[in-house]
Amino acid sequence: MSGPAEAGEAPVIAVRGLTKRFGGRTVVDAVDLAVGRGRICGFLGPNGSGKTTTLRMICGLLIPDGGTGSVLGFDMLRERAAIKERVGYMTQKFGLFADLTIAENLEFFARVHGLDRRRERVAEALERLGLATRGQQLAGSLSGGWKQRLALAACVLHSPEILLLDEPTAGVDPQARREFWDQIHALAAQGMTVLVSTHYMDEAERCHEIAYIAYGRMLARGTIDEVIRDSHLHALQGEGRLADGRGADRLAAEIEGRPGVAMAAPFGTAIHVCGPDRAALRAAVAPWAEAIAWREVEPSLEDVFIHLMRGAQDNSVVVAP
Amino acid sequence: MTAPRRAPLRATSGRRAVVQRILAMIFKEIRQMTRDRGTVGMMLAMPLIQLMIFGFAINNDPRALPMAVEVNDVSPFARSVVAALRNTSYYRVVQVVDTPGEGERLLSQGEVQFVVTVPVDFGRDLVRGARPQLLVTADATDPAATGNALGAVEQAVAGALSHDLIGPLALRAQGAGPVEVVLHRSFNPEGITSHNTVPGLLAVVLSMTMVMLTALSVTREVEQGTMENLLATPLRPFEVMVGKIVPYLFIGVVQMVVILIAARVIFEVPFMGSIGLTLVATLLFMVTSLALGFTLSTLAQSQLQAMQMSFFYMMPSILLSGFAFPFRGMPLWAQWLAEVLPTTHFIRLVRGIMLKGWTFADAAPQLGVLAAMLLVLGTVAVRRYQDTVA
Repeated sequence: MSGPAEAGEAPVIAVRGLTKRFGGRTVVDAVDLAVGRGRICGFLGPNGSGKTTTLRMICGLLIPDGGTGSVLGFDMLRERAAIKERVGYMTQKFGLFADLTIAENLEFFARVHGLDRRRERVAEALERLGLATRGQQLAGSLSGGWKQRLALAACVLHSPEILLLDEPTAGVDPQARREFWDQIHALAAQGMTVLVSTHYMDEAERCHEIAYIAYGRMLARGTIDEVIRDSHLHALQGEGRLADGRGADRLAAEIEGRPGVAMAAPFGTAIHVCGPDRAALRAAVAPWAEAIAWREVEPSLEDVFIHLMRGAQDNSVVVAP
Repeated sequence: MTAPRRAPLRATSGRRAVVQRILAMIFKEIRQMTRDRGTVGMMLAMPLIQLMIFGFAINNDPRALPMAVEVNDVSPFARSVVAALRNTSYYRVVQVVDTPGEGERLLSQGEVQFVVTVPVDFGRDLVRGARPQLLVTADATDPAATGNALGAVEQAVAGALSHDLIGPLALRAQGAGPVEVVLHRSFNPEGITSHNTVPGLLAVVLSMTMVMLTALSVTREVEQGTMENLLATPLRPFEVMVGKIVPYLFIGVVQMVVILIAARVIFEVPFMGSIGLTLVATLLFMVTSLALGFTLSTLAQSQLQAMQMSFFYMMPSILLSGFAFPFRGMPLWAQWLAEVLPTTHFIRLVRGIMLKGWTFADAAPQLGVLAAMLLVLGTVAVRRYQDTVA
């Protein structure tokens, strides 16, 4: 998968050393990020890792405590107003007005962005959404999936050059998620640059490139193949039944404690094991080599992320006052 | 084969379980309450502060009311009258003037509550036994503030003069009294309370709606998560503020019209001044109140807190502003406190314009105070309302 990005074109989002502190806590720590035009960059990481904070800094909602960056050629620190005009930001929580109708919500954003042909644009957006007949319905009465589609429609109404999506598909059913991603790809094909945070591995795999951030630090960047390759992980899949009748999946806890194993996870009745050293991994599962058939598999993105996360320092816990 | 039944997890049952569940709720509520420090602080501080302020400040039998004496006579008797008035606890003689008409002006401006006018030839007429008139003019816009105090004038004057009227003049001290004290209730001669209350209500109703509605409307955006979306758009803080304020201005204008019509038709409150000036003053007051509401909303973290803050503002606006109790009856520190409230100044403006027929020149000082407040609050509101989150 490749977007229409021209080789050698300057990235539309280019930040270096981005840092944000809240109180004494460094929430985003020296993050570098570069995304080219028309690319879809997946932003992954555990909860509280600084994904939302990074997105907010990029769209001018937060002022970084350190670092520099340009968004669409505008300075992140001094030209936030210009950036806000050209960026669409979809918040994690439904941020439209629940007590306005669908059409009224869209009209509000059309006005705020000073768009011409407001009525037509709103009608077009409703048509695209498949809500042409429900424009007079209150936005708050929509189901989760529809709310998310409406929110997306509202933040692309002004044809932004960059789209920032903060966990847009959380709590949305698979069908709606698929449609949502088709739409994202269609927008990217038109040249819109998309930075989307997610927890879903299947969504990460739909991105042109991914960035993995944990506890404020950028731990991995690149295409999925690059990220997996750079992790230097090896994985084994074990299937079979133990002498006592238990499935291979019941071994997870036991195997994970062994040297050379980064983690072991049950997959149905099978077990998935991975570690940084192939020989050590083989040695670790040797005691069960007879009962269970082990075969080498490609480590998954999830393996890589969990491995990276465990290696990082958790600074996200805040003690209640 | 059926799965073995697990041992029950519940340690309690029946009535004890009910208590246990209620306790769970109670602990949860208390923990949540203590987590919201603003609310806890307000709950503890508010009654204390209110007790202190209102307990000491409110006084229905006001004393030490400011009085001016206009002396148009040079006799020693006039000086005795002034000295006697100084000695009553009801009055505080703040000015002694000798320009005819000056007392009237001070009264209209609200600088004094009473003016005692010693007429020309007061001393001569007294000696002659002609029972000169001593004119006491009271600002009766608030009848409660004047009631008891008026009776004290006669007594004080008679007492003072009995010391002076000795020897051959002792005869003058007897009989019907040496002077005739004439009372004149200005601005509200019949002492009708509603003439005072209804214009004041305009101030109270407006500040209640304006301050509370704006304070809530901004915090609601934050609470519902729509603020983040607003801030991500090109909307500037100033634009959000103006956009939020204008619709409430319309509500305020409607309220004003309703109250003024009711004042006229139902309560028959006189309207001495100009409608235009009333409109100018009301608009200025509304915008100031809206800016205050906006400022509160930038301090409050939730709608609940915004509500509490508005109440915290409304209480003194009703009790200290001169709306519910005579302003002059409060101790000086409370009067100074009340000067900080926009409502105090607006109440003076409406009463001044409606009951005393203030012109623009009369109203200018109070208008100026409101404008200054607007400037300060507006600046604070815009500064505090950032176009960033957190």
